[in-house]
Amino acid sequence: MSSPVPPHGSKAAGPSSQTSTLLLLLKMRTFVALILVFAFFAFAAPNFLTGANMLIISKHVALNALLAIGMTFVIVSGGIDLSVGSIVGLCAMVAGWLVLYGIDLRIGWSLQFNTLEICVIVAIAGILIGLINGILITKLNVAPFIATLGTLYVARGAALLFSDGRTFPNLAGNPDYGSDTFKLIGSGTWLGVPLSVWIMVVVAVLAAYLATRTPVGRHIYAVGGNERGAALSGVNVDRIKLFVYMFSGFCAALVGLIIASQLQASHPATGETFELNAIAAAVLGGTSMSGGRGRIGGTIVGAFVIGILADGLIMMGVSSFWQTVIKGLVIIAAVVVDQVQQKLQARVVLQGQA
Amino acid sequence: MNAAHPIGLTIRSGSKIYPGTQALKNVDFDLRMGAVNVLVGENGAGKSTLMKVIAGVEQLNGGTITLDGRPVVFSDRSDAARQGVGIVFQELNLFPNLTVAENIFVGREKTVGGVHIDRAAQSAVARALMQRLEQEIDPDTPLGNLRIGQQQIVEIAKALAEDARILILDEPTSALSAAEVEVLFRVIGDLTRQGVGIVYISHRLEELIRIGDYITVLRDGVITGARSMEGVDIPWIVSNMIGSASKEFPKMEHHALGEEVFRVEDVSLPGPAGGYVVDHVSLSVRSGEIVGLYGLMGAGRSELLECIMAQHPAAKGRLFIAGARVRERSVSGRIRRGLALIPEDRKRDGLVQIMSIRENLTLSSLGDFTTGFHLSLKAEAAKAVEFVRRMAIKIASLEHPVSSLSGGNQQKVVIGKALMTNPRILLMDEPSRGIDIGAKAEIFRTMRKLAADGLGILFVTSDLEEVLALSDRILVMANGRLTGAFPAGAAAADVISAATPHLNKVQSR
Repeated sequence: MSSPVPPHGSKAAGPSSQTSTLLLLLKMRTFVALILVFAFFAFAAPNFLTGANMLIISKHVALNALLAIGMTFVIVSGGIDLSVGSIVGLCAMVAGWLVLYGIDLRIGWSLQFNTLEICVIVAIAGILIGLINGILITKLNVAPFIATLGTLYVARGAALLFSDGRTFPNLAGNPDYGSDTFKLIGSGTWLGVPLSVWIMVVVAVLAAYLATRTPVGRHIYAVGGNERGAALSGVNVDRIKLFVYMFSGFCAALVGLIIASQLQASHPATGETFELNAIAAAVLGGTSMSGGRGRIGGTIVGAFVIGILADGLIMMGVSSFWQTVIKGLVIIAAVVVDQVQQKLQARVVLQGQA
Repeated sequence: MNAAHPIGLTIRSGSKIYPGTQALKNVDFDLRMGAVNVLVGENGAGKSTLMKVIAGVEQLNGGTITLDGRPVVFSDRSDAARQGVGIVFQELNLFPNLTVAENIFVGREKTVGGVHIDRAAQSAVARALMQRLEQEIDPDTPLGNLRIGQQQIVEIAKALAEDARILILDEPTSALSAAEVEVLFRVIGDLTRQGVGIVYISHRLEELIRIGDYITVLRDGVITGARSMEGVDIPWIVSNMIGSASKEFPKMEHHALGEEVFRVEDVSLPGPAGGYVVDHVSLSVRSGEIVGLYGLMGAGRSELLECIMAQHPAAKGRLFIAGARVRERSVSGRIRRGLALIPEDRKRDGLVQIMSIRENLTLSSLGDFTTGFHLSLKAEAAKAVEFVRRMAIKIASLEHPVSSLSGGNQQKVVIGKALMTNPRILLMDEPSRGIDIGAKAEIFRTMRKLAADGLGILFVTSDLEEVLALSDRILVMANGRLTGAFPAGAAAADVISAATPHLNKVQSR
């Protein structure tokens, strides 16, 4: 990411308006990066600016953005959720199972579900895994990193056990049960925009509202900023933590559904390393790993930077090995710039003090 | 006198400019060896900056520092330490996860062959230091297990271990009990006899007059008074500090006390090593009454408040508000019932430092601005503005981080947050800790006013003068038990003797 040169050694910080402009620019750095990345590929990659390409990119971004939204809440609350990729995989398998077989009651009958019911069940599955994470962290005092690392393995293993490691193919559904619309989650469009993108937009708007305009959101920031202080102020810390992990599980379940529907198949390895992309998007968007700081808008922009970078490099024919290197460099650059911003901000606050 | 106390370090025309503000303006400062050099001033007057300059944490923009007659420039903190300047910061710089001995030697570990840490040697030196400080603290206990007062002693031991010739103490007594303060003063006396130059910063003026040999008063980065301590009295200090003499404690406003609003019955908290930290305490507070709870460090006062505020699941006992039993086990439940706590440690328990002033003020009462899920930012901001005005909090903007405020203003934010929940009982743990004299007086006035409005206040303090001047009734705790109850106007000696029935036991807890 190219960003303004940090003001090294500018002891006499000059007129404070200059400092505040720089600070504003740094605060908007992810957005600046998005514009730069976009402009670069618009020139460098043929066909990048076509409508069809935009749709494809936003479809790709939607998946990572959904996970990153849930991840943002978790990180803001002072935790981390490594299990989202596995939850995606497990939820995709649950969805595939339900579409293909329904629930066998072992009395010669089986329960079959329509698309909406499948979606609800899968969402509940994701939320339940999030609940397990939350209980491990709040009631059993397991460190979030370890707890979710554990569920990462358990959920992935469970996904593999579902099918003995095989893929559930041909999730076309059955019109008799009302599950033939399952494929629409991934392939349907509204006003020319894929449904998955709409889902991302709705979840993002809801999450942004939650973060800024509800007591729950404020409490998430308070818990991440100072857990003891929040508890003494009457914030129910355990409930907030349960909520963020359940919300993260819910987001992962949505992604599992969308992927299973897009591919019309579910593979137990779906979603491997997705958690890392989600963390990357959140961090790129200005979320502080130490908690208390981060915005949904920033995370969405971060997800787009990563997504455009990835797709644009593919279109330019850059090898996927180099893509990985570049993605890593961008993330490191983002955090370095974040540190510069923190220092500058501290100096501005110091100015304000007598 | 000057011959006995040679000047060890001087600053001439010292200036320190931060972007946008000048913290020190042409300061001339002489530090005399073998004496206690006292430094006073309101928060923001430049005391801390001056100390940081001497300790090498900050560098002067203009002017010179002379140490033992030769000009020096301390490039950083460790450079200053090598040249014999030690500092104990007001905010403790310790590691709760390391042992006492490891804390004392952090960064300068005693090693065998440069690799292997010689634990035995470290523990031995640490133990000797603790004996010198008259503290029964095992050097191998994790620091996190100690009370703040004991941690402060460790911080002082750390500076002593560096063989400092100049020792800067920034408000060392703010968290210490009377007994610990006596120990500290004895240590300071020893050190000055050995020729160490002490710089002593404190807001407790009577303390300064007692132990100081020389005094320097700062106001807005300018030295407004510097002289030998002989003949200095509190009015002189105050007039140099704030320009005109002012009273620290507000006059008692006599108003009728109401009904009993809060009663604690038989509250006890088992200690980790058997026995009780809070030992079956019962007390009551009437509406409009200020009850001062005095006691030494480790007497169980803070723990009692924490039990009341549902911080210890193991605590037993009954609480009644206006006669009705409080059964809520959660903090939010107790806040709803009308309890509010101002914690002792603002930074750790009172505030979310990275959040804005507005968000901190309203954190406990977000429900008031919420319909369904929706939080009305407009109503919230309006309420925050109202409380900023009511508490007279000096701020530039509601949206600035609360960490940008001075200690006194931060404390007002904490109190504002508690008051916004419309409490009936206010629990205050060391409400005047670490804030300047002007802000202190305001906080005390606020307490009086709140009591006059019918609030019941239970406040904990280890400042004797404070408890005598502010309380309608004084309760004394020692070893987890209530050991005395006095009406307003009780004799100081009685209160102290009630607080120290078994002094040694208290300290070795």
